[in-house]
Amino acid sequence: MNEAKRKLLNKRYRAEANFKLFGQIAIGLALLFLAVFMYKIFSKGYTAFQKTWIVTEVHYDKELMLIETDNPSLEDLENADYYDIAYKSMTRLDPSLPEEDDRQLIQMVAFTYEQEVKNHLLKNPSLLGKIVPIRLTASDDLDQVHKGNYPRDIPEEDRRVNDYQLKIYDMLNERGDILSKFNLSFFTNPDSREAELAGIASSFMGTVFSILVCLAFSFPIAVLAAIYLEEFAPKNKFTDFIEVNINNLAAVPSIVFGLLGLGVLLAVFNLPRSTPLVGGITLSLMTLPTIIIAARASLKAVPPSIREAALAMGASNMQTTMHHTVPLSMPGTLSGTIIGLAQALGETAPLILIGMVAFVNTIPGTPVDPAASLPVQIYIWSESAERGFVEKVSACIMVLLGFLILMNLAAQIIRHKFERKWN
Amino acid sequence: MNLVLISLILLLGFSSYYFGRKKATIIQSSQRLTALPKFYGYYLAIWCAAPALIIFSLWSVFEPTIVKNFILADYLDQNLTKNELQLIYTKVKALALGTYTGDINNFLDNSAGKYIQIKNMANNAKIVIVLAALILSLSYAYQSIKKNNRMREPVEIFLKWVLFTASLAAVLVTIGIVFSLLFEAIRFFQSVRIFDFIFGTHWYPAKTFVRDGQPDPELMKDAFGAVPLFAGTFFIAFIAMCVAIPVGLLSGIYLAEYATRKVRKYAKPIIEILAGIPTVVYGFFAALTVGPFVKEIGNSLGLEVSSESALAAGAVMGVMIIPFISSLSDDVISAVPQNLRDGSYAMGATKSETIKKVIFPAALPGIVGSILLAVSRAVGETMIVVMASGLAANLTANPLESTSTITAQIVVILIGDQQFGDPKTQAAFALGISLFVVTLFLNVIALTVVKKYREKYE
Repeated sequence: MNEAKRKLLNKRYRAEANFKLFGQIAIGLALLFLAVFMYKIFSKGYTAFQKTWIVTEVHYDKELMLIETDNPSLEDLENADYYDIAYKSMTRLDPSLPEEDDRQLIQMVAFTYEQEVKNHLLKNPSLLGKIVPIRLTASDDLDQVHKGNYPRDIPEEDRRVNDYQLKIYDMLNERGDILSKFNLSFFTNPDSREAELAGIASSFMGTVFSILVCLAFSFPIAVLAAIYLEEFAPKNKFTDFIEVNINNLAAVPSIVFGLLGLGVLLAVFNLPRSTPLVGGITLSLMTLPTIIIAARASLKAVPPSIREAALAMGASNMQTTMHHTVPLSMPGTLSGTIIGLAQALGETAPLILIGMVAFVNTIPGTPVDPAASLPVQIYIWSESAERGFVEKVSACIMVLLGFLILMNLAAQIIRHKFERKWN
Repeated sequence: MNLVLISLILLLGFSSYYFGRKKATIIQSSQRLTALPKFYGYYLAIWCAAPALIIFSLWSVFEPTIVKNFILADYLDQNLTKNELQLIYTKVKALALGTYTGDINNFLDNSAGKYIQIKNMANNAKIVIVLAALILSLSYAYQSIKKNNRMREPVEIFLKWVLFTASLAAVLVTIGIVFSLLFEAIRFFQSVRIFDFIFGTHWYPAKTFVRDGQPDPELMKDAFGAVPLFAGTFFIAFIAMCVAIPVGLLSGIYLAEYATRKVRKYAKPIIEILAGIPTVVYGFFAALTVGPFVKEIGNSLGLEVSSESALAAGAVMGVMIIPFISSLSDDVISAVPQNLRDGSYAMGATKSETIKKVIFPAALPGIVGSILLAVSRAVGETMIVVMASGLAANLTANPLESTSTITAQIVVILIGDQQFGDPKTQAAFALGISLFVVTLFLNVIALTVVKKYREKYE
């Protein structure tokens, strides 16, 4: 082998190694994106599952509460005045503070603190007249300070928490009067303008309702359509047209379905705006082709011998299909349905167009109450500038991803456990 | 009221199933049955419920229009426009329902009375007609059961029709999309020339907002030029493709040709997770992490970077699209027959030479198809752009500036309360139909190419 040939060969081997390396780099990049992405979401979001409380004392003073009877009923307590005692429970933290600056202290707790003081008493009416410790929801800004998300060493005017508030915070923290507990209210509260009070209950219920509506509309229609196309449809121009139609529909951008929902469901059928009912129907139009395609694939996978055996026993075509082919194809159909629903679960744009982006601070009880959905909630919160909402968004994303993982797992399990392998 | 009627029909339907089955066992004692007893039940149940439900739904669809025409017939001599008539009708309805809060004149009051009267009449008529239809068809079916006609065939034919109707749903959705888009878009093109829309270079719909009254036609002409949006859409899709094609294609090739079975088993589903993450999550990621990151790097290089740059949105969109290209091209490459590879190896080619010179050309149509599908995906992507690329429609080729897309503008226009009949709202539908046409075009080409390719090697 002469020198030139060896050089050429080495060059070719180098090219081979390089090409393989490029492939590995590409895979590595894709995995890296995923890892960075997950890391960012989790590192930003895990703090949202903690809630910060300020512990102080409250004196349930009958006089200040304007209760005149000696033995007040629950109704009296309900109607009592809590403004003064709630206010005092905060100013008690620093009695030296001049009255005109009291806003600084009040701003350290959520604006619902009066309500919290009231609820505490309504739960234990025996506390009336006593001085008891109480924990109040810390304000969003203080919450962020406690979680270390706000830098403290920048000039005071750039900070959302001023020096005085930081001093009080440090004092309380030293005394152990700042509590950090699991944030249950994130899961039980509806949306709020205040980050420390905002929760996902309303959007979660909105999502559940829209997915159920979506399932109720898309699953029966899609399965019936798939059965017709796979088992009964004559091979002609029209059925070809339907088939092309379904394939194209599966690739239509989701926002177009939103326009359809707006232009037909809202404008023509006058269904109620902003509700999971409309959202669910819109999503069901989107998932329809996905489920049809999955159901057809799993019907096709049932071997002809099953059909032939049934027909040979004298079953009609319809009986063969309904008694044998369709039940055998169900695992594949169901896992396809779950995957279609998982796609619908993450959809945002069509829901925005039909108005599910409205601010809803009540938990919807039926599919015809206005609601948001989890992905839309992510959008709404991420448009908000406060740092408190950033961690909320990340936490909401974690909940959403958790659901997607669960649904995909369920689809996998159904497929592996129940699907019959032929051959 | 409607709910009671429907439940009544369904209840009768169920009970007639049991009744029909019972009847079959009675017939059985004297003569041979033509089908299994349950088909007698199905037959009776179908005849009981189906005609009544069909008449019921047709009635419910047409009733509102007919009632409206009756009411508005009184106002026809007043020479009112369509919108004014609609307004009057809304008022009459609100008055009749007791939710009206405004001036009431005699005329409105009369109409509301008439409305209530007609509504009541229509309701009663509906119940009578639906129940009459139910009794008629039920007695017909009963006669037919008594004569012991063939029972299974009609039931199966009915089922087949139900299946067929369901398969029309997909067609109906397509028709619904085309018509709802076209309807509003045509009205839009009545106030804005189609030429100004397709070739105009200024997109600024907020300019046409005028309180009460019609906007100035001169302003309209200049506000709805969609060129910046078309350009922005394809620009961002192009950036996305610059990320997705190299990474996606190379990983697809690696997975198909080099990776061991074990690597393939784990790497492929993990990469596909990227496609399962909701786009709003990508949007948040792009706006909060990638945007500032790009800006920081740009600033340290002395470049002026908008915090909502096309580059950030495009790059993140590219990451989202990687699995579409990698999975599809993996499938396509794996489908290339082994004998092509063997032939190439036999000639002394290395693996990468085989891939580049033999497999890639053979798989090219399929790869092109998968790339076209990915482009169509990028063009239709909404949330990433809305959240990360800004909403001002700049006509620019600088990836560091912010630009807007068709989808983002649709969201901007339609978020919040829309008013139908406003040219701004209609513009969203005009954008929607251009988006639909573009993606349909890409999809049809891609699907045909992929299908042709599959046939070639199967």
